[in-house]
Amino acid sequence: MNVFNLSHLAGKALLRNKIRTSLTMLGIIIGVGAVITMVSIGEGSKQSIRSQLSSMGSNMITIRPFSNITVGGGARVGSSGLRTLTIKDALAIQNQAEFITDVSPAVSTNGQVINAALNWPTSLQGVSPSYLDIRDWKLVSGIPFTDDDVASAAKVCLLGQTVINNIFINGEDPIGKTIRFNKIPFKVIGVLDKKGENTFGQDQDDMILAPYTTVQKRIMAITWLQNIYAAATDEKSSDTATKEVKVILRSNHKLKYTEDDDFTVRTQAELISTMSSTSQLLTVLLTAIAAISLLVGGIGIMNIMYVSVTERTKEIGLRMAIGARGVDILLQFLTEAILISITGGVLGVILGISAAKLVTAFLAWPTLVTQSSVILSFVVCAVTGVFFGYYPAQKASRLDPIEALRYE
Amino acid sequence: MANKILDINELKREFKMGSETVRALKGVSFTVDAGEFVTIMGSSGSGKTTLLNILGCLDQPTEGKYLLDGADVKSLSRNELAKLRNRKIGFVFQSYNLLARTSALENVELPLLYNADVPAKERKEKAIHALEAVGLAERMNHMPNQLSGGQQQRVAIARALVNEPVMILADEATGNLDTKTSYEIMSLLQELNSKQGKTIVFVTHEPDIAVFSSRTVTLKDGRVIKDLKNENVKSAKEALAALPVEKDEPPIKETA
Repeated sequence: MNVFNLSHLAGKALLRNKIRTSLTMLGIIIGVGAVITMVSIGEGSKQSIRSQLSSMGSNMITIRPFSNITVGGGARVGSSGLRTLTIKDALAIQNQAEFITDVSPAVSTNGQVINAALNWPTSLQGVSPSYLDIRDWKLVSGIPFTDDDVASAAKVCLLGQTVINNIFINGEDPIGKTIRFNKIPFKVIGVLDKKGENTFGQDQDDMILAPYTTVQKRIMAITWLQNIYAAATDEKSSDTATKEVKVILRSNHKLKYTEDDDFTVRTQAELISTMSSTSQLLTVLLTAIAAISLLVGGIGIMNIMYVSVTERTKEIGLRMAIGARGVDILLQFLTEAILISITGGVLGVILGISAAKLVTAFLAWPTLVTQSSVILSFVVCAVTGVFFGYYPAQKASRLDPIEALRYE
Repeated sequence: MANKILDINELKREFKMGSETVRALKGVSFTVDAGEFVTIMGSSGSGKTTLLNILGCLDQPTEGKYLLDGADVKSLSRNELAKLRNRKIGFVFQSYNLLARTSALENVELPLLYNADVPAKERKEKAIHALEAVGLAERMNHMPNQLSGGQQQRVAIARALVNEPVMILADEATGNLDTKTSYEIMSLLQELNSKQGKTIVFVTHEPDIAVFSSRTVTLKDGRVIKDLKNENVKSAKEALAALPVEKDEPPIKETA
């Protein structure tokens, strides 16, 4: 008996009981379909959180000053009050770190921006031209400022959409216009693309970007930096990049072995992994529920195979009388069980993928059918077939041909 | 010297029923040569079913020797017995035992599926050939429920023939059939026996069936009490011809 013969035989036997076969299969179809749909919903939400966070720059590293130093009265100094980060640190990271591609010094202040009769409270961020790359921000019009603008502390700026909506009305083109921030005039040379709110509900369009030197010298009158933003070469290397940055900064700041860091380095990846673990939990829960339905489907197969063995006792007896060995009978019934589960599995995969598409189409939930979930559920259902089909098949193979032939 | 197909010697079979031991066969010995048509007779309880099971390699004797076409059955494993049943024995049962919703052709092909020596290509050819031998070639695509009892039994005989066994073992093969159909089946078996030289062992309790065979072995209480050559073998074909013509259909009354 070869595989072809077996599946031919099993297929014939199954087709003799179409309704029963399809009902048994339905258990598996629903099981596999549920696993794939549920996992796709979980994965979809994970993916959407991830891509939202990635829009903030998933390989972005933020360096802030930090200190346990207290001033008079025991009050600790917040990071913005510290003067330990300097342009030298930014340059050192830029030049020495291998896993860092872009570095941008950053300072920021709040103030009132004025255009003619309109004004609006917003924040002014002083950064370098590479900041746009680090954050993966785009301009919709105009040009970004350059390193020359940084060197000369040029009074040029890029406006966010919210700022434009508040101080340029009637569709006025802001490019080339001069606005004032805390009485200092800035020439608008570019407009930032709309970015919307970030995951924490902050409006990312309510800001003005200008060369950090301009903000340092002309607005804030400081020499130190409040933040340094850097981009790791990719998301995976952000841990390595973090370590590099720490080493560079410690040596730059001449910190002794016993001294704590006077800065903190944070990566976006940490945030992503926190957020992902939440949706991972969701995936696990949904999968567990779906897996239970697959298990129930498997028990359905076992049940039907037992009934089938009892019902076909006489057939088994005959097959044995005309020369079927125990193993032939075992394989025949096992093949039937596997055929049910694999056919059910294939249909289940189709059902699962279609259901995932319907969920996206009608409920607007993000879904993502992963290859691994399809393969996994398919393998599980094939294994289910073998597992739950084995005992009934073994029962059949151990029947006594004499008894089986006389069975009514 | 004719080739011995069956050679049984002092065959005993005991069953343990709780604390009691039932001795179904108490030492049965006889031989069957190739080309013989033997009926094994006996009333119920005579041990003929037990003997049939042993002859059919479905059961093993407790004691004694059984050689089937030279093979010592007692020393064989379950799988080897299955192979022996497949190659050497063609079973014909009282209740036909055809697979339902399976065409006559596929029913006949069934033993070939368990015979690794027959390639898939030859299966259909052999099955058709066997169906031709029982005169049912035109009905090979019929399902069992589309065939009469006699036709179903012919399909079963074709199934028994398909692996070219050394012996056809029939168990009350006419038990479910009316007299006319019984004679038809017996006539077919006689033809297979005389024209193709098939060895046939036919277990029955009906004496009027035994007259068609060349030899009758009678069992009683687990022992052979008679083993007689039938000098005057009746032809089933003639018996069939001698049957009064049945008037199945009542004459249609003409309505005025």
